[in-house]
Amino acid sequence: MSAGRLFAVFRKELRQLSRDKLTFGMIIGIPTLQLLLFGFAINLDIRHLPAAVLDESNTWRSRELVAELASSQVLDFRQHVSSPQQIDNLLRSGDIGAAVVIPRDFEARLERGTEAAWQVMVNGSDQSVQAAARQLASFPLSSLQYRPGIAAVRPVEIVNFYNPERRAQINTVPGLIGVILTMTMTIFTGMAIVRERERGNMEMLIATPLSPLELTLGKVLPYVGIGLIQVTLILILGLLVFDVPVRGSLVDVYLAALVYIAATLSLGIFISTLAKTQFQAMQMAFFLFLPQILLSGFMFPYDGMPRFAQWIAEIFPLTHFLRLIRAVMLRGAGLGELWIELVTLIVFVMVMLAIAVRRFRKSLD
Amino acid sequence: MGANDMRASTRDSSEAVIVALGLTRRFGNVTAVDHLDLRVRRAEVYGFLGPNGCGKSTTIRMLCGLLTASEGSVRVLGHQLPVDAEAVKRRIGYMTQKFSLYEDLSVAENLEFLAAVYGLVGRNATARIAELFEQYHLGELRRQLAGTLSGGQKQRLALAGAVMHKPELLLLDEPTSAVDPQSRRDFWESLFKLADAGTTLLVSTHYMDEAERCHRLAILDRGRLVADGSPTELMADLPGMTLRVDSDQPRRLQEALAAEPHVLGVAQIGASLRVLTDRKDDGVAWLRDALKNVGVTADVEPTEPNLEDVFVAVTRGRKEDGQ
Ligand SMILES: Nc1ncnc2c1ncn2[C@@H]1O[C@H](COP(=O)(O)OP(=O)(O)OP(=O)(O)O)[C@@H](O)[C@H]1O
Ligand SMILES: [Mg+2]
Repeated sequence: MSAGRLFAVFRKELRQLSRDKLTFGMIIGIPTLQLLLFGFAINLDIRHLPAAVLDESNTWRSRELVAELASSQVLDFRQHVSSPQQIDNLLRSGDIGAAVVIPRDFEARLERGTEAAWQVMVNGSDQSVQAAARQLASFPLSSLQYRPGIAAVRPVEIVNFYNPERRAQINTVPGLIGVILTMTMTIFTGMAIVRERERGNMEMLIATPLSPLELTLGKVLPYVGIGLIQVTLILILGLLVFDVPVRGSLVDVYLAALVYIAATLSLGIFISTLAKTQFQAMQMAFFLFLPQILLSGFMFPYDGMPRFAQWIAEIFPLTHFLRLIRAVMLRGAGLGELWIELVTLIVFVMVMLAIAVRRFRKSLD
Repeated sequence: MGANDMRASTRDSSEAVIVALGLTRRFGNVTAVDHLDLRVRRAEVYGFLGPNGCGKSTTIRMLCGLLTASEGSVRVLGHQLPVDAEAVKRRIGYMTQKFSLYEDLSVAENLEFLAAVYGLVGRNATARIAELFEQYHLGELRRQLAGTLSGGQKQRLALAGAVMHKPELLLLDEPTSAVDPQSRRDFWESLFKLADAGTTLLVSTHYMDEAERCHRLAILDRGRLVADGSPTELMADLPGMTLRVDSDQPRRLQEALAAEPHVLGVAQIGASLRVLTDRKDDGVAWLRDALKNVGVTADVEPTEPNLEDVFVAVTRGRKEDGQ
């Protein structure tokens, strides 16, 4: 391992990058576009969902529950109905997306605390409505709180606690740092290394004293800088456009990002040992990107996923980074409290690099 | 020619830079290189002559340590391959068949990159690069992107890159395939300068005129070594004879002779025919008999064989073995 040779590759890569207008545009363009897209267009939290209420109990406590649900602004009670049949019809016709049913023996059920005291019926064919209902069910309702354990729901979800206005962007922007790094870093490094082979430069490089490690590290190092630029861009845009704060220390944010960049780069390096063409590298990166974005907790809450999906999610580096970055940015946590996530990411990097080094052979065979 | 022979003979005593024994490489069930024995001596220009797909590139790659042999042993500069491949890579230069420097870097940037890769830094690197600019007339092109260079300019840049670290052994894979005749001559001048300075060169080529300039050469055919030696040796040992035939019906005669057994090749050169036969000493008498049978009157004279005749004779011979 020679620093001179490593630097030679690094400098060459930077020069090539500076001439590659497309890649350069993507480095700035992808984060900006995604941030605005996700921030403005995709609002995963539903508000003002048209709803109906069937209050068979009709006591002061049931009325209080309805009032409190209404004040959460998730549901917009447009109709008071008198029979379950009506709810059926309204749901089927699409006039409402959800309905709250309070049974006649609501107070007795609350006393016993053994079964659900009230029900939310939703149009389950709409994923986001379902998610909204689940959120609603876990919403701390003071009208039910005089008896512990009754609501039979999980404790308060952090997102709501730290995001009292229930604004999606608060949760989305830190997540986007992870998503954008996953996408760009893995694709760029995967393609950058495969490019040498595809364009025939590898044959010349193998005949020089350059070692695989020098070549790989030299090629990916510029991307560490690019990753940090992207993080900065998202933080600034997040703050200016969506008013998303950094509650923890900025140093922790960048440290976490740095470790995650290493994870995405190592994944890109691994891909480059499998792919024969740049196109294949891109396909593989996308193949790994999709499940990460779906299962990591970026799109759907981790806690709401089936056990099996959660196990898979644990393998993905994005899952761990999201926990890190949300904790630091939104809850003001320090990295020390989250050392498990950090260690997991570092182990991931080492495993990927170990596999890649074993696979990367300095020959044309 | 004579001067070349003299130089070659003084080299005979010097050590072998490449020794390959039974070198073989298979790709699936294709045998690209088939039990090749090679000996290349220090400071000679050794040619690899052969048609497309005969295994030139594959052999050169094995000699550089880029590919591992399926069978056989190779020693390059005293190092056993593939175990000592890294040590070999420091001492050899390799110019690939396809241009393999960075097309999106300038001439100067490409050379700076290679200088750093070979451990040249600071003033040493600057001096060496300036020297190469001078030697290969690249100074004016220094800021041009390599991808925009002409074929001949690219070859010069590739050669400059391959000799950056003053390698003892330089392997060039069809270095002049995209180059005009004048540039080819200039390029070969550069190669001889390197050889005079003590560099050993191994050059693959399709061109007879280039092969003829080599001190020694190997003729490959379908992965096998079919002949090797100096061009004069090869021509003297021609397994056959070259004859000049003058007649007033060259076209008709050419058709008739091509069908004749013992004729390896007939080519029309101006008004006369050049006939290559595998009859060694009785060629003239045999051809006169053959002409009588055809019923054409013509003059038959023995003429100097050239490398192309050698090439046709040795590769045709093998084709008939195979069939
Ligand atoms: N990586 C490979 N995989 C499979 N077959 C290969 C590979 N490399 C070479 N070959 C085969 O080996 C044979 C020799 O190829 P090689 O490139 O050495 O020929 P060459 O003499 O350099 O030809 P040319 O003059 O066209 O460059 C060919 O039949 C080729 O198809
Ligand atoms: Mg070739």
